[in-house]
Amino acid sequence: MVVPTAYPVQLIQPDGRRVLDTEYGPLVADVGPDELRGLYRDMVVARRIDAEATALQRQGELGLWAPLQGQEAAQVGSARALAPDDYVFTSYREHAVALCRGVDPADMTRLWRGCGLSGWDPKTVATTNPAIVVGAQGLHATGYAMGAKLDGAEIATVVYFGDGATSQGDISEAMVFSVSWGVGVVFICQNNHWAISAPTHVQSPVPLAGRAAGFGMPAVQVDGNDVLAVLAVTRRAVRHAREGAGPFFIEALTYRMGPHTTSDDPTRYRTPADLEEWKARDPIDRLRRLLEREGHADEDFFDEVRSAADEAAMRLRRGTLEMPDPEPDALFDHVYATEHPLVEQERADYAEYLASFGPAEEEARR
Amino acid sequence: MTTTTMTLGGALNAGLRRALEHDPKVVIMGEDVGTLGGVFRITDTLQKDFGEGRVIDTPLAESGIVGTAFGMALRGYRPVCEIQFDGFVYPAFDQIVSQVAKIHYRTAGAVVAPLTVRIPYGGGIGAVEHHSESPEVYFTHTAGLRVVSPSTPSDAYWMIQQAVALDDPVIFLEPKHRYWERGEVDTDTAPDLPLTSARVVRSGSDATVVTFGALVGTALRAAEIAETEGHSLEVVDLRSLSPIDFDTIEASVRRTGRLVVVQEAPVFCGIGAEIAARTTERCFYQLEAPVLRVGGFDIPYPPAKLESHHRPDPDRILDAVDRALAA
Repeated sequence: MVVPTAYPVQLIQPDGRRVLDTEYGPLVADVGPDELRGLYRDMVVARRIDAEATALQRQGELGLWAPLQGQEAAQVGSARALAPDDYVFTSYREHAVALCRGVDPADMTRLWRGCGLSGWDPKTVATTNPAIVVGAQGLHATGYAMGAKLDGAEIATVVYFGDGATSQGDISEAMVFSVSWGVGVVFICQNNHWAISAPTHVQSPVPLAGRAAGFGMPAVQVDGNDVLAVLAVTRRAVRHAREGAGPFFIEALTYRMGPHTTSDDPTRYRTPADLEEWKARDPIDRLRRLLEREGHADEDFFDEVRSAADEAAMRLRRGTLEMPDPEPDALFDHVYATEHPLVEQERADYAEYLASFGPAEEEARR
Repeated sequence: MTTTTMTLGGALNAGLRRALEHDPKVVIMGEDVGTLGGVFRITDTLQKDFGEGRVIDTPLAESGIVGTAFGMALRGYRPVCEIQFDGFVYPAFDQIVSQVAKIHYRTAGAVVAPLTVRIPYGGGIGAVEHHSESPEVYFTHTAGLRVVSPSTPSDAYWMIQQAVALDDPVIFLEPKHRYWERGEVDTDTAPDLPLTSARVVRSGSDATVVTFGALVGTALRAAEIAETEGHSLEVVDLRSLSPIDFDTIEASVRRTGRLVVVQEAPVFCGIGAEIAARTTERCFYQLEAPVLRVGGFDIPYPPAKLESHHRPDPDRILDAVDRALAA
């Protein structure tokens, strides 16, 4: 049984210097300059598309957005530990995870714009769409992992959730079921310190990773703003799951630098000093310092990453603005997988009602 | 044709066995469904014969049962969940309503959730609180779910297989009061009736009585008594509560001109209210009397010693029929 260490696992200090860790360091010994630059690129692109989506919301093009700023390392580091056939269940803030799993930025805003209730077919990227009911996805991951176990598939099923979600019964039930069945779920709790306005101590007086032992599950607490440490810890957890050793709990300590969503005003519940403290631990700055300190990147590289990020942001913007509004008939699509007379009757009735308007009236109604 | 006499509970067991044989992706999961065979023995011997990977004993948590079943469905499985009693389904309500029911719509058809959630429902067994409820309208009000309830061993045998094979999630309400009732089941030939169709179980000309599940037998007894009094009642077994086969109800009402809807759940905002409204919309001018509803009172399910007052019996049905005939 792994018990949470006194200090979270850290491989890069905020100033970019490495930490010698004989347990977790070897797990990322293969991560050379190319891989480090790749992780940096992922985080910068994620932050850039997140800023673009936030701007689109401010411009009235999205109804809502849940910004991820500050959590790039927790998401990129963990997602890059996964194989394509591992399966990922996310909450609603995992845009960087989606990006790493291969979701097209042009699809990411569909549900936030109100053009659909999801953005992509989860089967194509082995990654679900944002789950909005907090914590419910923990059970889905556990069931999926049970199915994988029955299939004899050596995969990890990963579920992302936040500190607030740990108070939900569904997360506790997921931990109970996954231990009882011995299935390979990796629970990744991004503790970003705030569940909207409630600080973590409202959820728990003890470190969240400390709860896992009570369920009979190993856990590690990691510096969630250290992409290399998150990668190392997740690799360990994923290997544990794939080997059939059962579930694993990771608490990644990070910070939501922006609001809960674009509708939130965090100045009502936290201080500028709090934000400043976490800015000094910024996950992107930290890796940049390491790259510079170790001579792995020059200005050309940073320029190139900036351009790539702008391009991804433009792709998201174009995809959003070019997204067609759904036709009224789509109201009735896919309510059931097989024909349902009530829905079909309402579809026909509503089409007839709409057709009763003349073309001019119909135009005016749009 | 192989006809066997079975109890309704035994027919469910045989139907589940056949579903497990037919499709290797079918799994049964719930509390005590394995070694014990379920508290009502509906899954008796299935774990012994199909193994612990097909009939899965779960920890004691209903949201967990349905939520993990949903996850298994995403992996390509076809889970059949057992909720031990009606009153214990509410912890799973969020998973059923927000996840299971909506995933197909949410993903524009990319993901199906072919779960069956079996719930023994209804009263009449002298149980303690939370063991006698009729929660059907919580589910019929949720788009994306289908809700069905068999009233005979034959329907139990075939409908459970149809529900499991369907790509939509199905809430399968089992009339626990009728688990021990016997009937003939032809295990070779499925009845020529879709899962969504109602069935006229007794023809009559003076009034139509519509009901489902545990109260079909009660309505038939009422019809027998009415016959001795010179009244001919037609009895319709809904079988499916979502969707409801309004065509069969309407055709019957057009013949009889009178409609009484019977349910065990409280009358207010119940299935009967919906049937009354639709029937009024469809054949107002064929109605000779207002549509009347017979059901439980608008109270929590009462203590067992009072349940005979709460559950509709033949007399309460006949009282409503008399009022309809007098109009």
